[in-house]
Amino acid sequence: MGIPLVEIEHLSKSFGSNRVLEDINLQLDPGENLVVFGKSGSGKSVLIKCLVGLMQPDGGCVKLFGEDIARLKTAELNVLRKKVGFLFQSAALYDSMTVRENLEFPLRDMKARSIADVEGLVKESLRNVGLEEAIDKMPSELSGGMIKRVGLARTLIMKPEIILYDEPTTGLDPITSREISQLIVDIQKKYNTAAIIITHDVACAKITSNRMLIIKDGVINATGTYAELSVSENEWIHSFFI
Amino acid sequence: MINNEEITTNGSIFPLGWLDSLRVFFIEVGEISRFTLRFFKEVFIPRYEFKALVKQSYIIGYKSLPLIAITGLIIGLVLTIQARPTMAQFGAESWIPSMVSISIIREMGPVMVAVIFAGKVGSGIGAELASMKVTEQIDAMEVSGINPFKYLVVTRVMATTLMLPMLVTAADAISLVGAYVGVNLKGSISFHLFFLQVFSNLSFSDVIPAIIKTFFFGFSIGIVSCYKGYNANRGTEGVGEAANSAVVIGSLLVFIIDMIAVQLTSLIY
Repeated sequence: MGIPLVEIEHLSKSFGSNRVLEDINLQLDPGENLVVFGKSGSGKSVLIKCLVGLMQPDGGCVKLFGEDIARLKTAELNVLRKKVGFLFQSAALYDSMTVRENLEFPLRDMKARSIADVEGLVKESLRNVGLEEAIDKMPSELSGGMIKRVGLARTLIMKPEIILYDEPTTGLDPITSREISQLIVDIQKKYNTAAIIITHDVACAKITSNRMLIIKDGVINATGTYAELSVSENEWIHSFFI
Repeated sequence: MINNEEITTNGSIFPLGWLDSLRVFFIEVGEISRFTLRFFKEVFIPRYEFKALVKQSYIIGYKSLPLIAITGLIIGLVLTIQARPTMAQFGAESWIPSMVSISIIREMGPVMVAVIFAGKVGSGIGAELASMKVTEQIDAMEVSGINPFKYLVVTRVMATTLMLPMLVTAADAISLVGAYVGVNLKGSISFHLFFLQVFSNLSFSDVIPAIIKTFFFGFSIGIVSCYKGYNANRGTEGVGEAANSAVVIGSLLVFIIDMIAVQLTSLIY
């Protein structure tokens, strides 16, 4: 196995006196789906925001593709960011743009691409999430599940090596949640991406995870596969899987 | 600290709120200055967002034109109607076109249009960017390797800086038409004679400084609105606050810049 795509060592982050993350260590290997699991407010989202430089950690080291992101200049970090897809909890679609424009937007720096290439990529990404017909719609015209899918299509269009999912199933009904979870697995298989999936949805974790980390009060409380953790004798961990 | 008061080193007591407000004010001034410096740094570095600049110029400039035109027409009309009785007392009705045109072009046009611009465009920019901030759209740009400051802030500040002088020029012209209508409500003067009187008493020293200051008005409105929106706190409350403070601070800056501009103009001319 090559170098880990993501390495986090002794990461800590506080907001004022509130310590959100403490001595977090994790590693993401190529082709792996790592689920970071925990209650709301346990610092899971902060963790992936530190990972792409949206938040600065107070201590520790974050390495993307073997490079310490704290040592990189903004332009260098942006090059790495293009290899990392990020699906926000709300999908964060640009609401003044159509679905097509949302998908084209991350491609704007790729001067070599022709209009036909861009059109092809947009359609391919939408086909992957089963939403080709929504290409000219505005985000306000889409349902919650469709918004998540378009967000995922926008993430996929850059052909990232790592995808970070922040609560991909939050706010969705169980059927749509299952569809999104299955889509995450399909994408991993099709493009051989690695992913960190932040969730508190047990069903999503079950479908998507190769390995799981459970965070409690900003500290990694347990690690293992879904099968291992679901039969944990620790009462607190077991309570998630009941 | 004693309840809501704080004892200073010389023993006098100040309300803590007052000190806090002063501290917050200076922090805010510092932050806006840093934001402005970042603008000047980013504006010269490629990539240049021409397409976004044109789009913003259209939204900020062209779409503000009807409001500015109506306001301009009313300013010219009302100023003339209000001025007439006083001018008539001194038998100086023939001076109305000159007086009104100088008032409009030097002061009324630039300041009124800038204040309306701060209300319409400043609140719009503040609310839009704040809404993008709280819904993580700005973060989404950043993680996809796109510089959101350049795309969102630089284009909007450039557009407000370039569009306000054009809008003021248009409003001045429409105001003069309003003034012509106002003069003719209780009198009779030909279009040709009216504008002959207007331009015979106007000089470049009236027009140029008035136009130059509108660039500063536009810039300050753009910077403040973008700063407030871009740094909005999380939540819908932050969106409202950003829109509100963009208008308040933007309008206040217009008057402060106007005061400085008047002093400088009187020194030069």
